[in-house]
Amino acid sequence: MATTIPPPEPEALLLPKRPQMSGAGNSGGHDFVPADGSLRVVDQYSPAPSSSAIWVGIAAICMSFAALTSALIVRQGASSDWRHLTLPPVLFFSTFVILVSSGTLEVARRHVAAFMTGRAAHVESPRRWLYITLGLGLLFVASQYMAWVQLRSQGLYLATNPNSSFFYLFTAIHALHVLGGLAGLLRVIIKLSHSTLRRSTLDATAYYWHFMGVLWVYLFVLLWMRI
Amino acid sequence: MARLLAVTIIVIAIVSAIPVIMHTWEAPADISTHGQMIDDQMADTMIEAGISFLAAQILLALFIWKSPTNKPGPEGKFKVFPGGAKGLIIASIVLVGVEVLALGAFGSKVWARVYFTPPAADAMPIQVQAGQFAFYFRYPGKDGKFGPIHPEMISEATQNLFGLDPEHDVESRDDVVAAELAIPVNKEIHLLMHAKDVSHSFYVPALRIHQDFVPGLDLSVHFTAAKIGKYEIVCSQLCGLGHYNMRAYLEVMSPEDFDDWQKKQAAAQ
Amino acid sequence: MHDKPIVSTAPAVVHGPPTTFISKHVFSLDHKVIGKQYYALALAAVLTGMVLSWLMRIHLGWNDLAIPGLQAFSPNGAPSGVMTPELYLRIMTMHATFMVFFVLTTAPFAAFGNFFLPIQVGAEDMPFPHFNMMSFWTTFVAFCVLVSAFFTSDGPPLSGWTAYAPLSAIGKDAGPGQGTGQVLWAAAIGIFCIGQLLGALNFISTVLDMRCKGMTLKRLPVTAWAWFITSCMGLTAFAVLMPATILLILDHVAGTSFFIASGLVINDQLVPHSGGSTLLWQHLFWFFGHPEVYIAIVPGMGIITHVLITNMRRPMVSMKAILYSMWALAFLSYMVYGHHMFVSGMNPFSSLVFSFPTLMITIPSTVLVLIWIGSLYGSRIRINAASLFALGFISMFVTGGVSGFFLAQPSIDIMLHATYFVVGHFHMVMGVAAIFGIFSGTYFWFPKMTGRMMNDTLGKAHFWLTFIGTYCTFMPFHYLGWAANVRRYSAFTDDYLKPLIPLHQFITVAALFTGAVQLIFLYNLVHSLLRGPAAPANPWEGTSLEWIMPSPPPWNNFGGKDPVVYHDADQYGVKTASGADYIMQNSPESSPTGC
Repeated sequence: MATTIPPPEPEALLLPKRPQMSGAGNSGGHDFVPADGSLRVVDQYSPAPSSSAIWVGIAAICMSFAALTSALIVRQGASSDWRHLTLPPVLFFSTFVILVSSGTLEVARRHVAAFMTGRAAHVESPRRWLYITLGLGLLFVASQYMAWVQLRSQGLYLATNPNSSFFYLFTAIHALHVLGGLAGLLRVIIKLSHSTLRRSTLDATAYYWHFMGVLWVYLFVLLWMRI
Repeated sequence: MARLLAVTIIVIAIVSAIPVIMHTWEAPADISTHGQMIDDQMADTMIEAGISFLAAQILLALFIWKSPTNKPGPEGKFKVFPGGAKGLIIASIVLVGVEVLALGAFGSKVWARVYFTPPAADAMPIQVQAGQFAFYFRYPGKDGKFGPIHPEMISEATQNLFGLDPEHDVESRDDVVAAELAIPVNKEIHLLMHAKDVSHSFYVPALRIHQDFVPGLDLSVHFTAAKIGKYEIVCSQLCGLGHYNMRAYLEVMSPEDFDDWQKKQAAAQ
Repeated sequence: MHDKPIVSTAPAVVHGPPTTFISKHVFSLDHKVIGKQYYALALAAVLTGMVLSWLMRIHLGWNDLAIPGLQAFSPNGAPSGVMTPELYLRIMTMHATFMVFFVLTTAPFAAFGNFFLPIQVGAEDMPFPHFNMMSFWTTFVAFCVLVSAFFTSDGPPLSGWTAYAPLSAIGKDAGPGQGTGQVLWAAAIGIFCIGQLLGALNFISTVLDMRCKGMTLKRLPVTAWAWFITSCMGLTAFAVLMPATILLILDHVAGTSFFIASGLVINDQLVPHSGGSTLLWQHLFWFFGHPEVYIAIVPGMGIITHVLITNMRRPMVSMKAILYSMWALAFLSYMVYGHHMFVSGMNPFSSLVFSFPTLMITIPSTVLVLIWIGSLYGSRIRINAASLFALGFISMFVTGGVSGFFLAQPSIDIMLHATYFVVGHFHMVMGVAAIFGIFSGTYFWFPKMTGRMMNDTLGKAHFWLTFIGTYCTFMPFHYLGWAANVRRYSAFTDDYLKPLIPLHQFITVAALFTGAVQLIFLYNLVHSLLRGPAAPANPWEGTSLEWIMPSPPPWNNFGGKDPVVYHDADQYGVKTASGADYIMQNSPESSPTGC
């Protein structure tokens, strides 16, 4: 039996913490984005949990849609009651809108990145492009609703046939996730207004939003080819 | 206390093995023509699993037994298992992995015999329908054809169990419906399976046959019974509150008795 | 120009100290409180599940017995106290659902993981404490929704925890409890999935992003790896179950036909759904279901490895082998799920395809067992309640694993599918081995979590009686299975089953005995919580970071400072200047013999 001695004093083995920053959060305290667009140089960078964590979340969402895709394929093969339906034309508009919104979000992000690293002296109205993205996002959801209205007018409801079931299912679940993305965008705008927005939060929200676009393109092609 | 644990593990391992070696509890005797392969595979697996089980438990117990008297060696370090991790990994792959994969390879042959061999051309077709909570069997009659099933006509109330429409379907007129599965001995049977409502399963332990019914899928099994007698068919896929009581009897008869049975059934339709 | 960016060593304060009672004990952002909340939830679930199992066993052994109190519990289900078949099946469904979801996924992973993972990596908390808090409360809501099924007029479902369609999808015509009860069940499971996804997100981010200075991935303790691997599985598995529950609910309430085929007739009525695929549910469910059972066991493997190392005062023969084996189990677990469906009606060739990875999975399992046993060679293990349960775990895992040799082969599955052999197999690995992992973790970590020591004598008594009791209870299940005793039967009315009833009665007595023994544990838990002797910071002389601070740790784990790590967690059996036989992870001292 080894002799037990008290372990060394914990204090001696711990580094003093870096000075506390106002505002809870992680990923360092020095990369807040100023709301007024004034010069900001980032001189400290630390691994940001949110920008890697968002990929974890995206992976989970991919798995869910993969499960639904396989459900669609199996269901299509299970019986001969598959009735192809014409996709409501408003969906082309949806696709256009969401892709453009990814573009506007990237413009917003580049502006922020430029003056965070000192390459730009000032960014005018950092919120403008974010508002535009938010607006396009809302337009997307509205166009999804239009698509459902168009289907309903053709007499195609959730349970009418398996095609319509999957159509509503896929678009509704995607739209729910888009609403989540919109909430994230709103949160980014609010934090930006209070200068409590961290670069990593903006990045994470942006990745999620782009993922919504990529996912939509995938769904659009899937619906077009299969439903 | 380590010693006590070691002894307990050994005692438990040996006591557990006794009923297996003594064949105290076993499956009903095999009456099928393909069952011997399954039983042999089971016996081989039993031996391998039994040896692995006993060896692992004994080794565990042995090392626990020795634990209280182990002392650190000259450099203050405890002895390392001879061969180290590499040895243990190789042992895992060679002793267990290879053997288990070999079992799988041989087992595939058994599986193929049951599932990949088609029924003989002269196998007797019989249809079985599983519904909450009974099995019903249908014989095609003299024309050798089954009339179509009309689900909307199925009615326990009028005892139209298969939803047959003899008025409009010629083939249905001579179909015989029975509550037990009567078959002649040594004759291959091709059993067509139909699920009426939810998932069920067709399990005849004595016949070494086990197949789920799947609503929406046409499945079948084929087998030959080699021994005359009465055996139980039980449902093994949870189908509702009557699941425990859902059974039918397999009656394996001599060909003459089977002909008599068929005539009686046809008359009673 | 600006300076080069500096990589800072650790994130800033994740959240402030709690001030109110509510923020300290109810809606807490502190991972330690969340971990304890999960443990309490698991405790409530295991007691419920255990009582339900007693009811099942009593009924199986003595079918016509009027059980006292049963009529009050369910007047329709047990008129005059004798359990009806549907009540049996409902109890069985809820027993399994409570146990698999709210005990085996919750305790080893969410409870211990939440408490210890951030500490073991040297972090102040998880990176997303609000998500973490939401994960617990979402799980709690799921629990409440599940319990609410008992209180609807329809009652809980009877389709088993596997809820196979179409029985589970058709609606109330399929059986009692299959209407509202089934929908509530599906909703509870779906909500549970969301809670676990939020938890998995936090765990993964903690390991990737919150490690303190010097804590490389190689230096992580084995439990941290186990929780990380489990989170990766959870992320993918629960993300598949959740849409499946949505499809099931839609079949119930929206008239869709994802799982309900055409032409089905119940109660002489044509079922108004058509075209669905029965097997689709099974594929989706088991794609989740098989990783789920590894989610249940891998944290336990990590815990007992950790406990064994500390009590043997030496590292495992090869920690790499342990870690690679756990990863291999996780990876293979996605390829084997079809072994639940060998005779399900899927293509028989698929059955062979699934059986090969199932057989291969014995290799990493055997490596783990042999490394554990091989590490015991030459060791002098300290015997206490935690180490006894760890050793018991090995024995149980061997037994449960070996029965897998049978079930992995489709040809043998012809005889053993849906029999008590399967029930014996999964109870051995999940209902015993995984539970032993939880017990081992409890005895080991209770001092750190609560600041008090548990009574070791009572712990040892608990171990002995439980070890023998669980073997007596579950070993006979295998014999019943070999005798072709079909499972999920509420009574044994078949001729060939009647001779097996005495064995069932033996099992019932053993089960009730083992259940009663758990009172020792409960008493120990509660008494120690209230009156246990104060626990030192490092009662077991462990090396990992959870032992460096007082018991229990302060709200910010390390008192506002960041630990710095110099070693892995295996520095046992080393020569040190002070004469101790171990070096803690954050000690700069290095041994002449060690790393």
